[in-house]
Amino acid sequence: MSALFWVPAVVLIASALWTITASKPVYSVVALLVNFTALAVFFLTLSAEFLAMIQLIVYSGAILVLFLFVIALLSSGVAPLSLGPNRLPRIALPAAICIAVALGLVVAGAAATHVLPVPAPAALRSAGPAGAANVFGSVQDFGRALFTTYLLPFEVTALILMVAVIGVIVLAGEETPYVATRRRAAETRKAMREAIAREGD
Amino acid sequence: MAEGKQLYNVGAILRGLSITFGFMFKKKPTIQYPSVRKQHAPRFHGLHELRRYEDGKERCIGCELCSSACPANAITVIGAENAPADRRSPGERYAARYEIDELRCIFCGMCEEACPTDAIVLTPRFEMSDFRRGSFVYAKDRLLVPPQGGTGAPPDERPGGIPADLGSVAEMKSTTDPATGYDATYYGAALKTERKGLTG
Amino acid sequence: MPAWIFVFIKSAILLFVVVTAFAYAMLAERKIMGWMQLRPGPNRVGPWGLMQPAADAAKLILKEDLAPRTADPLLYRLAPFISLLTAFSVYAVIPFGASPAGIWSIGNVNAGVLFLLAIMSLGVYGISLGGWASGSKYPLLGSVRSTAQMISYELSMGLSFAGVLLVAGTTSLDGIVHAQVGLWFFIPELVAFVIYVITAVAETNRAPFDLVEAETELVAGFHTEYSGLRFGLFFIAEYVNMLTISCIATLLFLGGWDAPFGWTALPGVAWFVVKVAAFMFFYMWLRATLPRIRYDRLMAFGWKVLLPVATLNVIVTAVVIAVRG
Ligand code: SF4
Ligand code: SF4
Repeated sequence: MSALFWVPAVVLIASALWTITASKPVYSVVALLVNFTALAVFFLTLSAEFLAMIQLIVYSGAILVLFLFVIALLSSGVAPLSLGPNRLPRIALPAAICIAVALGLVVAGAAATHVLPVPAPAALRSAGPAGAANVFGSVQDFGRALFTTYLLPFEVTALILMVAVIGVIVLAGEETPYVATRRRAAETRKAMREAIAREGD
Repeated sequence: MAEGKQLYNVGAILRGLSITFGFMFKKKPTIQYPSVRKQHAPRFHGLHELRRYEDGKERCIGCELCSSACPANAITVIGAENAPADRRSPGERYAARYEIDELRCIFCGMCEEACPTDAIVLTPRFEMSDFRRGSFVYAKDRLLVPPQGGTGAPPDERPGGIPADLGSVAEMKSTTDPATGYDATYYGAALKTERKGLTG
Repeated sequence: MPAWIFVFIKSAILLFVVVTAFAYAMLAERKIMGWMQLRPGPNRVGPWGLMQPAADAAKLILKEDLAPRTADPLLYRLAPFISLLTAFSVYAVIPFGASPAGIWSIGNVNAGVLFLLAIMSLGVYGISLGGWASGSKYPLLGSVRSTAQMISYELSMGLSFAGVLLVAGTTSLDGIVHAQVGLWFFIPELVAFVIYVITAVAETNRAPFDLVEAETELVAGFHTEYSGLRFGLFFIAEYVNMLTISCIATLLFLGGWDAPFGWTALPGVAWFVVKVAAFMFFYMWLRATLPRIRYDRLMAFGWKVLLPVATLNVIVTAVVIAVRG
C-alpha cells in the first residue's frame, strides 16, 4: 500500500514540476500526461475505478491530445521558448505564498475534521462483489450519485459547457472561403436552373 | 450530391468485398521465379552478344555504326586495322575494344538493327545483377561468343566481297518458334539447355 | 505463492502469445492480401512461408537505427515505446475464457470497458509524438491527421460501447459476455456493431482509413523517419492494436467465449480465438478491397454521420430498455 502511494506520489510531483519547467511545450504535454496517469493510479488505489478511467479517457485521451495537436502544429520548427522577462514580477511571490497558505489550510482543516472519508479500500472491496452496485467508486455508484443527489450541479455544468461550445461556434464559425465558394456555386446553379425553367433552354 | 452517393454506397462496397473474396480462391498466375523460369519470347531483348562466323572470325568490323545508332550512348567501339598475319575479322578492320555499359543500355535493339554484319545481337539473358557498377560495363571478354560458337558462312574476302544478303537477325529470330526458343543467339541456345526442366 | 507471481507468470505467457499472434497475423495478412490480389504471398522462408515473421524480425533488428538531425532526441526514441506500452497494457483486463477463478484473464476490472477505452485513447500519443518528434514535414502531417482522426472516431466508438453497456447492464467485460449467452449483442445492437467496426478500422489507422500513413501522399506518415527496431515497434503496436480491437469486438458483440448454437465441443478459449481470427480476417479483407478515402470525407463521415447515428442508437437503446423495465 505504501509503495502504491509513494511511487505515484513522487511521479506525480516530479511530473508536475517538469510540466512547468520544461523548455519545450511538447515536453510539458508529455509531463502532464505522466501526471494524469499517476493521478489515475491514485484514484485506483482509492477504489474510484470509474473516476480513474474517466480521468484517462477525458483528460489524457481527449483534452491533452488537443493540447498536443495545437502545440505540435504551432511550435514545430520553433526553437524552445527562451526565458523572457517575467510578466508578473511583483505579484508572483505574494500570489504563490497565498496559494500555498490556502492549500495548507484546506489540508489541515480536512485532516482535523475528517471531512474527507478515507476508508480502507480492502474493507470496501469486501462489501460486495466487483461490479455490484454498492461498491464505492463503481460505475453504478457513481452514476446513481450523479443523477440523483448531484443532478442539479450536473445539469448546470452541462449547460455551461454547452454555452462554451456555442460561443466557440459563434466566434470561430464565420463563413470560411471554402463554404462561401460552395454557397456561391450553389446559388449560381439555382439561378441558372430557374432561368432555364422560365425561358426554356 | 454525387459526393454523398459515392461515399455511402453500401451496395458497391459489398460488391467489392465479394469480388476480392472470390479472388482468394482463383488460380494464381505467379511463376515461382528462381526455381521455375519462364521461357521468354525468342526476340526478347536482353544482354548483348558479339557473334562470330563459323570459321571463328569475329563478325564485327569495328565500323562504330552501332555506337552512333545507340540512343543511350552505351556502346564504345575502338576499331583497328587487321594485321595480315592475324586476321580477327573478314574485313579490313576489327573492333580492338568493344564495350557496352549495360546500366546505360535501354535494350532497344537499335545496335542490332544498325550493324551491317549482324555482329551485335541481343540474347534473352537478363540476369545480370552484380554488386558493383563497374561490373556492368561488358567488354569483349564477356560479349564475344567462344570460337566454336560461330554461325553463318564467312563471306568471301576478296575486295568488295562482303555480301549484303547475310540475312538479318530479326528474320532469323522471328523464324525461330517459341518452343525451340533461343536458337538465334549462341548464349540464348546455351540458356535453353541450361533451363531444361525449369520452364513452366 | 503470492498473487503477484501468478500475475507475473500470466503476463509473461500472455505477452508471448500476443507477440506470436502478431507475427502470424502479419503473415496471414500478407498471405490473404496476396491471394486476393492473385499472388501467392510470402512462401520462400520455411514451408508456406511460415518462418517469414522470424526473417522479418531478424531483418528489422539488424537494420541501422537512424534518427534525423532535426528530430527531438528524447521523444523520437520514446514514442515507439509509448505505442507499444499502450498496445500491450490493454491485455491486462481482457478475459479470454469463462473465468470463474480468473485463469483466463489477468485482472478482472469492474470498469473493464472503460479501462479499454482509456488505454486505447492513450495510444494516439505514440503516433502523434513520434510524428512530431521526427522533425520533418510528412511525419508531422501524419501525426496531426492521426490526432484529429482518433479523437473524432473515439467518440463514436465510445457511444457504440454505451449501447452494449446499456443492454448488458454492467461495465465488467466478464459480465458483458455472460449477458450475451443466448443472444449475442451484434443482433440487438446491430447499429452499434456497424459503428464499432467502422470506428475500429479508423482507430487503428487501417485501410480504408489509413490516412495517417497514406503512402501516396505522406510517404509513410508518422513513421517515415523511423527505421530498424523502432519502426518494428510501431509495426508491432499497430498489429497488436488490431488484435485488441478484434478481441473487444468478440467480447462486446460476438459473444466472447460463448459457443454458438451450443457447440461446446470446443472449449471457450478456442471459440474466442476463432472469433478474433474471423474479425482479423475481415480487417484484411477490407484492406484488400477498399481504396483510401479522402481526408475531408473521413472527417465529415465521422462527425456528420457516425456521431449522430451513434448518439441516436444510445438514446433508442436507453428508451427501449426503460420501456421494457
Ligand atoms: S540495345 Fe539500344 S541502348 Fe542498348 S546498346 Fe543497343 S542501341 Fe544502345
Ligand atoms: S557491332 Fe556491328 S555496327 Fe558495331 S562496330 Fe561492329 S560491325 Fe559495326
